[in-house]
Amino acid sequence: MMTKEKLDLKSDIATRVVLGKAITDLGLKNEKICTVAADSESRFGDFVKKAPNRAVNVGIAEQNAVSISAGLAFCGKIVFVSTYATFISMRACEQIRTDVAFQNLNVKVVGTNSGFSPGWEGFTHQALEDIGIMRAIPNMTIIVPADGEETYNLVHQLADYEGAVYLRVRGKKDDPHIKNKGKTIIGKAEELKSGEDITIIACGRMVYEAVKAADILSEKNISTKVLNMHTIKPIDKEAIVTAAEETMGIITMEEHNTIGGLGTAVAEILCEKGIGIPFKKIGVNDRFGIPGKTHDIFRHFGLTSENAVKTAEEILG
Amino acid sequence: MTNTSLTLNEINELKETALKMRKTAIKMATKAGEAHLGPALDLTEIIVTLYSKIMNYRASDPKWPKRDRLILSKGHGCLALYTILAEKGFYEKELLDTFCTQLDTLFGGHPEVKVPGIEANTGSLGHGFNIGIGMAKAAQIDNFDYKVYTILGDGENQEGSIWEGAMAAPNLNIDNLIAIVDRNHLQVSGRTEKIMNIDPLKNKWESFGWAVQEIDGHDFSQIYNALNSAPFKPGKPSLIIANTIKAKGLSFAENKVEWHHKVPNEEEYRIADKELGLGGLNDD
Repeated sequence: MMTKEKLDLKSDIATRVVLGKAITDLGLKNEKICTVAADSESRFGDFVKKAPNRAVNVGIAEQNAVSISAGLAFCGKIVFVSTYATFISMRACEQIRTDVAFQNLNVKVVGTNSGFSPGWEGFTHQALEDIGIMRAIPNMTIIVPADGEETYNLVHQLADYEGAVYLRVRGKKDDPHIKNKGKTIIGKAEELKSGEDITIIACGRMVYEAVKAADILSEKNISTKVLNMHTIKPIDKEAIVTAAEETMGIITMEEHNTIGGLGTAVAEILCEKGIGIPFKKIGVNDRFGIPGKTHDIFRHFGLTSENAVKTAEEILG
Repeated sequence: MTNTSLTLNEINELKETALKMRKTAIKMATKAGEAHLGPALDLTEIIVTLYSKIMNYRASDPKWPKRDRLILSKGHGCLALYTILAEKGFYEKELLDTFCTQLDTLFGGHPEVKVPGIEANTGSLGHGFNIGIGMAKAAQIDNFDYKVYTILGDGENQEGSIWEGAMAAPNLNIDNLIAIVDRNHLQVSGRTEKIMNIDPLKNKWESFGWAVQEIDGHDFSQIYNALNSAPFKPGKPSLIIANTIKAKGLSFAENKVEWHHKVPNEEEYRIADKELGLGGLNDD
């Protein structure tokens, strides 16, 4: 249950479960925090019960949820508005752009159940386009935590992070913990492993696959640098350029369409800097999702450490 | 607020302000060569009453947290707002000369918060009203007693998001929100009845949980009495259906669909000058 007082952040705890705990802990300390739900109050854990005056639920009406969030933020509130990533990023896209982002209001749009985490719910609920959509909107900061621990830390940082944010979290399961992580700083890629042969830049759930791939490659005497690119926008250009200088190829991994997301963002930097380097994007190659167990869907689309290993070996010949 | 009505003197003063605003708006539109003039002229009496008799605000401190707020959800009527805010001292009147004539002007074709006194960036219909609900909710959270006024176009009632908000506000027990529908029966390509009928409007809003009054949107006494008595029912948001005439005050343009975004040509300006005493385009 997400309402338990203590969560073990060092365990394989789901990002959406941590989200509720983090918002509750933060919101009870900070009077400015408000939440807006579109029949999605479970995202906010106990906060809704403990601070009902600062929790709004508009029912199944995402556009209204985001506009009301903007109104609250205009009056000095720090607003977390959250529901399924598909619905909030697309049904309420114009509200995010026009009502929130233009004024760079303190609204933290949290898209949950992103990527393939909805599993059997199928393509209607699987968000594979949200990062691309949000990237095209000026002022939006886009953050994709790798695991529960990082989600908890990032939510707390967002209270002091001025402006419009899109935070992408997953569902209530399937989020393995990343071991030996350091402190997450918004806008700064985290180097999880240093390496000289190849770089894997990943975000969200794919960070775990990247680390696993690096371990497998290491047994084959291939040294892999792994970057956790939790902030997709503004992206850490320096980290990308350094990776291109230090290794012989770059692979990106994301639970998202290969158009518009992390891979595209990295490619833009490489191209604009005139860096010619072998480069491969692992993600969903311009397809809609399919119903299934998340694990099986990952295998179907090649969102696995095995595919990353194979891709690295192909690049390195 | 007390329940007294406006005196004759007060009404005459309001009429004077309204005429001044109409003249300024017509000149601005003519100079710029493009504007939504008709949708602004029909708001004049409502906006003059709000800023002269109803709303609490500080022109020298536009962000005063306890101020009443007006959101023009039908943002294209912004000429009415630009002119009254100048009139009430939010900024120098001379600045209005930049309306749609200077790159990155404060005063574009739709209102932006960078203009002192403008509360939301509106223009895309079905947004401002809902932002207003958020602001009204914030007053509840902060225990402030300010009110939020929001003006909707009648065509704007065709947007789905309006009804999301219409459903939410009563459920959130918001009674410091007063929405005004500018019921001029015209939208960009024809009469609302023909494009997508929104009637019965009063019944619709009442059935969503609003307390509704219908008034003549050009009659200062009716406007004042309605606004002054809001909330009409404790615990409920209030809706005023203000029956108006599009492009009111510009005789040849009144109630004509093309004046949604038409501006006077030379001949029309001469007629308007004769009727309203505009003077030269650049006269004060």
